[in-house]
Amino acid sequence: MGVSEQDMMSTAAGLASTGKIPFASTFAIFAAGRAWEQVRQCVAYSLANVKIVATHAGVTVGDDGGSHQAVEDIGLMRILPNMTVIVPADGVETRRVIETIADIKAPVYVRTGRIATPVIYDDRYKFRIGHASILKEGRDVTIVATGLMVHIALGAADLLKKDGISATVINMSTIKPLDEDTLLDSAMITGAVVTAEEHLISGGLGSAVCEVLADKYPCPVKRIGIQDRFGISGPPERLLSYFGLTSQAIAEAAKKAIKARKDCSTTELPRVRTMRA
Amino acid sequence: MESISDVQKLIQIARRVRIQIVKMLHQAGSGHTGGSLSAADILVALFLYKMRHKPNNPDWVHRDRFVLSKGHACPAYYAVLAECGYFVPEELYTLRQLGACLQGHPDCLLTAGVDVSTGSLGQGLSLANGMAMGTRLDGRGARVYVVLGDGEVQEGQVWEAAMTAPHYRLDNLCAIIDHNHLQIDGRVEDVMNIEPLGAKWQAFGWEVQSIDGHDMKQIMEALDQAERTKGKPTMIIAETVKGKGVSIFENQVKYHGVAPNDEELAVALRELAAA
Repeated sequence: MGVSEQDMMSTAAGLASTGKIPFASTFAIFAAGRAWEQVRQCVAYSLANVKIVATHAGVTVGDDGGSHQAVEDIGLMRILPNMTVIVPADGVETRRVIETIADIKAPVYVRTGRIATPVIYDDRYKFRIGHASILKEGRDVTIVATGLMVHIALGAADLLKKDGISATVINMSTIKPLDEDTLLDSAMITGAVVTAEEHLISGGLGSAVCEVLADKYPCPVKRIGIQDRFGISGPPERLLSYFGLTSQAIAEAAKKAIKARKDCSTTELPRVRTMRA
Repeated sequence: MESISDVQKLIQIARRVRIQIVKMLHQAGSGHTGGSLSAADILVALFLYKMRHKPNNPDWVHRDRFVLSKGHACPAYYAVLAECGYFVPEELYTLRQLGACLQGHPDCLLTAGVDVSTGSLGQGLSLANGMAMGTRLDGRGARVYVVLGDGEVQEGQVWEAAMTAPHYRLDNLCAIIDHNHLQIDGRVEDVMNIEPLGAKWQAFGWEVQSIDGHDMKQIMEALDQAERTKGKPTMIIAETVKGKGVSIFENQVKYHGVAPNDEELAVALRELAAA
């Protein structure tokens, strides 16, 4: 389609209207940002069977800098009615996601990154839209992560273990519809939640988790993500550190969330569930 | 449905469609009078003469496709769909009401005969390109028609799509510009000049035809000529009059987005009855 993201989204919707299953792919900032209104009008509003697979999301785009680092795209897509939003955690899950979304008749936004990330799942992994996967079960704190932050969250769980804190790590690969049951089940055990995403702390996973918890099980939540600012040039790994997207930062946030829960002791949260054996 | 090739008959249908347009807009109390009336003859020629479609089976896979890129002219679209039998004419008087199938701009999820939702300008040609690619892949010989406004071509995406269609040699695509020379803020040439319009499309690789968009016979011949054109898409630039058919609306920018009041409706019905 050339350098014409807006034309691409509407053209994809036209193809979908003739029964085809178009996959429209470009950088996340152009898929979700530049062509947002085309996605809204032609894809989401029309319920067109278009699969938007965005690449180069987040600050780990690296050297290209803030103009090319989408830190808003989850929010931009999540807010659209009819849109499903998925952020795979590794190569295996990405493959499963692509196979799965080709089989459903609905608009989908998939967010992928540029850099190579560790493989978390083996070939037996089964992905289901709207179903989070629990990678580690603990009783003290719930870490909900998405995308490349999942493996970083696993690192945080290891750090916490050294301090005698047991953490649940949830890979929330479907941001919308959010797997409320898995989130609430864990939050009811731990009473303290940390979210981790390579995205602004507003609008993305952290917001989605807070919306559910505020409604259904209020408890302390700490959000790890990019503060209210844009990205900058730099090597991807160093940018993750620069923006506080590290295992250490998640572990610290976890401790703060646990402390906040204890500080609420006058209005002790109901620990209605005990940890499943 | 059966194609009507009797020019006089089509002219009479267009007159009926105009009557429905002013009546439904009056009933709705809001909507786009001028651009609906300017596009009426084009839509009648498309749906009653040219296009292969089945109102009793809107999803017929062999059907030709239509996109109203200037979605605000949907009163004309709806009146033509009712004329074809996609729904009963009484439905027209629910336009823009809460719970109505006939939304303020075309909605493919709610209205029979509407394939894609439009309303946000500049996107319809891209949609039509996608449909032309899709129907060509199916090899069923279906054609795709899209009507754009002249103010609408100020949108940048139109020119992205203008490149795409010739690039993919979409000769099953025919676009028509309802060139009525007025947009919401005034004369198109004063607001943001789009001329030379034909030369632009030609330069982008389109077969360009210029016609009188109110001459039924010319519209029919242009659509036939477009179907015979191979290797590239066709752009028909249809010279039209905004508000065509009702003297008080003709060439009046005010009636871009204003519906007739009681007195204006009376004038319109009188003139259209005598036409």
